[in-house]
Amino acid sequence: MTDHPTFPDVVRLTAAATAAAIAAGELSAVEATQAALDRIAKVDDTIHAFLHVDAEGALAAARSVDERRAAGEALGPLAGVPLALKDVLTARDMPTTCGSRILEGWHAPYDATVVSRLRAADVVVLGKVNMDEFAMGSSTENSAYGPTRNPWDTTRIPGGSSGGSAAAVAAFEAPLAIGTDTGGSIRQPAAVCGLVGVKPTYGGVSRYGLVAFSSSLDQAGPLARTVTDAALLHAAIAGHDPLDSTSVDVPVPPVVEAAGRRDVRGLRVGVVRELAGEGYDPGVEAAFAAAVEALTELGAEVVEVSCPHFQYALAAYYLIAPSECSSNLARFDAMRFGLRLGDDGQAGAEEVMSRTREAGFGPEVKRRVILGTYALSSGYYDAYYGQAQKVRTLISRDFAAAFERVDVLVSPTTPTPAFPLGSKVDDPVAMYLSDLCTIPSNLAGGPAMSLPAGLVDGLPVGIQIMAPPFADDRLYLVGGALEEALDARRGHPLVAEAPAL
Amino acid sequence: MSSTAALALPSFADAVARYEPVIGLETHVELGTVSKMFCGCATAFGAEPNAQVCPVCLGLPGSLPVVNEAAVRYAVMIGLALHCDIASWCRFARKNYFYPDMPKNFQISQYDEPLCTNGWLDVEVDGEVHRVGITRVHMEEDTGKSLHVGGATGRIHGATHSLVDYNRAGIPLVEIVTEPDVRSPEVARAYVDELRELIRALGVSDVRMEQGSLRCDANVSLRRRPAAGEPEAPFGTRTETKNLNSLRSVERAVRYEITRQAALLDDGERIIQETRHFDEASGRTSAGRSKEEATDYRYFPEPDLTPLALSTEFVDELRAGLPELPAARRARLIAEHGYTARDLTDLRNAGVLDLVEETVAAGATPPAARKWWLNELARQASDAGVPAAELAISPADVARITVLVAGGELTDALARKVIDGVLAGEGTPDEVVAGRGLAVVADDGALTAAVDAAIAGAPDIAEKVRGGKLNAVGPLVGAVMKAMKGQADAATVRGLLLERLGAS
Repeated sequence: MTDHPTFPDVVRLTAAATAAAIAAGELSAVEATQAALDRIAKVDDTIHAFLHVDAEGALAAARSVDERRAAGEALGPLAGVPLALKDVLTARDMPTTCGSRILEGWHAPYDATVVSRLRAADVVVLGKVNMDEFAMGSSTENSAYGPTRNPWDTTRIPGGSSGGSAAAVAAFEAPLAIGTDTGGSIRQPAAVCGLVGVKPTYGGVSRYGLVAFSSSLDQAGPLARTVTDAALLHAAIAGHDPLDSTSVDVPVPPVVEAAGRRDVRGLRVGVVRELAGEGYDPGVEAAFAAAVEALTELGAEVVEVSCPHFQYALAAYYLIAPSECSSNLARFDAMRFGLRLGDDGQAGAEEVMSRTREAGFGPEVKRRVILGTYALSSGYYDAYYGQAQKVRTLISRDFAAAFERVDVLVSPTTPTPAFPLGSKVDDPVAMYLSDLCTIPSNLAGGPAMSLPAGLVDGLPVGIQIMAPPFADDRLYLVGGALEEALDARRGHPLVAEAPAL
Repeated sequence: MSSTAALALPSFADAVARYEPVIGLETHVELGTVSKMFCGCATAFGAEPNAQVCPVCLGLPGSLPVVNEAAVRYAVMIGLALHCDIASWCRFARKNYFYPDMPKNFQISQYDEPLCTNGWLDVEVDGEVHRVGITRVHMEEDTGKSLHVGGATGRIHGATHSLVDYNRAGIPLVEIVTEPDVRSPEVARAYVDELRELIRALGVSDVRMEQGSLRCDANVSLRRRPAAGEPEAPFGTRTETKNLNSLRSVERAVRYEITRQAALLDDGERIIQETRHFDEASGRTSAGRSKEEATDYRYFPEPDLTPLALSTEFVDELRAGLPELPAARRARLIAEHGYTARDLTDLRNAGVLDLVEETVAAGATPPAARKWWLNELARQASDAGVPAAELAISPADVARITVLVAGGELTDALARKVIDGVLAGEGTPDEVVAGRGLAVVADDGALTAAVDAAIAGAPDIAEKVRGGKLNAVGPLVGAVMKAMKGQADAATVRGLLLERLGAS
């Protein structure tokens, strides 16, 4: 019942193997869920991935799966598989904090579409996992509820903002997690935790119930230990949703089929010239080069491609995302939900709003709200927000031109492996550089995957694969083949080297 | 600025003799869609507070807007009726400001890419037509409603706390902005009146000013009238008087602003660009938010919505389906039915224009339809405190009654009794006539007998009539009518008497 002999424990099974074992009656969904809950109880004091564990709800969902299986009902490919949900998506039976004090204790009265789809697929939601406040950060240190630790080295960051999602999967607390990616927030944590993480095409997965940081960039996606697991989760949550106007009504790309094809002969792969060089850790570059070499060995045609406007991506991103966030976060005003401070019977509404926002938001959120408010101000709009939108168009054109020549683009996912906790908290710009390679795909809307490339001094680093909008299946085609080659080269999956906790 | 209260205001005539008023109007119309602009919540007026809300219109975290297609149709219809260009591509924008009755602390509106631009509306005042340019018609969502409790006036100042009802939040609005083309309070009023008629004719809003489904802001400035040979002066600084909720208030507020600004300009003062409130009781405006406090709305394209790209077919279909508009209808009714402009105004003000038209269509003559609806039925409606259309009598019933009157089968007095019967639920006019026995007795044995009896009963009068004093016949007519219990036509009776007496 295991798909590789190194991991006999239930919690170490892949999602696909877990579901297969449940379907075959070799394992019950309750056993799988209980194993995950036990693992959380054992390691999460150290990792601090979870903000909320819904043991009762998870076991009830698992029981339902077991009952229906016993009754002979046909179940989906992820039925009974436990999952960790980033706390930026609403679920009606759990609190939603977005890692912020301002939402402490708030229960959404509705499920995000991603959550409804997970429930419909009989995925067992274990609880909510930690994140940088309102998804703003690259280390999960901006959470109001304390940082999450990297299972590979608990003195280091797990990446962010979906650090809780990545740490939960890397620490075997769950085989699957949902993250969200606005500038790299799925891919960067996946890279530094040795996982597969995918930002789907913008519009491919509904944002309904995803508490918005930057509406035109946010996208939910899967984190998993294998490409196939990521594809199964991707397929479960993707598809048109009439509740999200930016969700696109096209068929979900055949990601699961692509993940299993394992054949990239003749595929054209472009290495982005601009995403290398100064600022990139030599170990990262070496692991990346080895992965590219593996692609060549698999029969792909590798060429170098230039995307000249990528150098402006970070600057444009730090105007667009804060601008949208300054507006999106205006609703946190103490009037209808969440934290309310200073309502002493004397203070007016404006004063209560001000006191609540002062105490309820952390410094990074305030920094971006102020930045965005400034960028949208009358007289500055054209120079900042307007200009950034033009850069965005140029970056999309770079991608379009590149995809005339190649089928996918590749780069390192992050310039460096996980850095020590606390090392960049006082240097926001250094922190922002973590997303240098991932931001272009958010700005242009195309899909991108981070796949484990190897270890640098015992720390995982990733290779990023980028595809044109709605060609998400190409990520899985390349990812599946490359994963197989790299696993074969090292004799086992990368996660097998993760230290026991 | 010196206190307005201390100003001695010039007369209106004096003010406009020296200054030319320049007036522009911004009108918000709540569209009569079944559901809200960006969610499925109901829009009915008068529900329990916060009973028609959901995560979207409450702005709960994670919720997203979806455009109501019916609202877009309605807005395009308004644009087409106002002769606007309809954008083939436009976007929503966020207007950012903090206020507790605005759930998201931004309003989804349109900014530099409105749905409709560059139209006009003709307005007639005292026989003169004024063309008012329409700058733009754009779509947006309404805010919630704040209720300030504990203060003296219901204003926020002095209140102990405030309650917010979000039922209105997210109701679709269009904002219709005119060019500064209006030059008098009367034209301002007539514009709003005509706009209201237009939108009512389109059936896209109930345009009830008292319920706030049509609200008007008036921008007013003055400029000195040039002496002969001088060029026109540039526009002066304007004020914006907000939330005028009746036609009368529009006219009064504009009139007051003209005299107030004239007084300030006479004193050599500057007009401050500000929003003002109109007080119905005093008829005066007072300063609201001044320019110093003006918000920077930080407009930017709404990223949660895709651009609105309307196909030519979509717009053409709506254009082809537009109903007859008020101006065309007025011209037609004057030409076809012989009504005067005054008649039409009277009928419209009495709320019976549609009913009159349907009554004519059902067979009444235009004058008869006008007469019965404007006099008898409008009075009955007013007595009953209901709109005339809600009376329990149909235009077909009224047409039938006018036909009976025209044919001599009913007198006016009898017709009123038939109307009473129909309103009392006694059936159709013919059923009431039969049931109450109301038909005029035209020429049968009973009438002849009554005529003979009256002559026999008053031989002296009969003699006078025979001698040529035709006017003396009155008492005999009265006697016959009495004998017939009113069920005879007085003119017929008079004719019969004169014939009998050999005097005709």
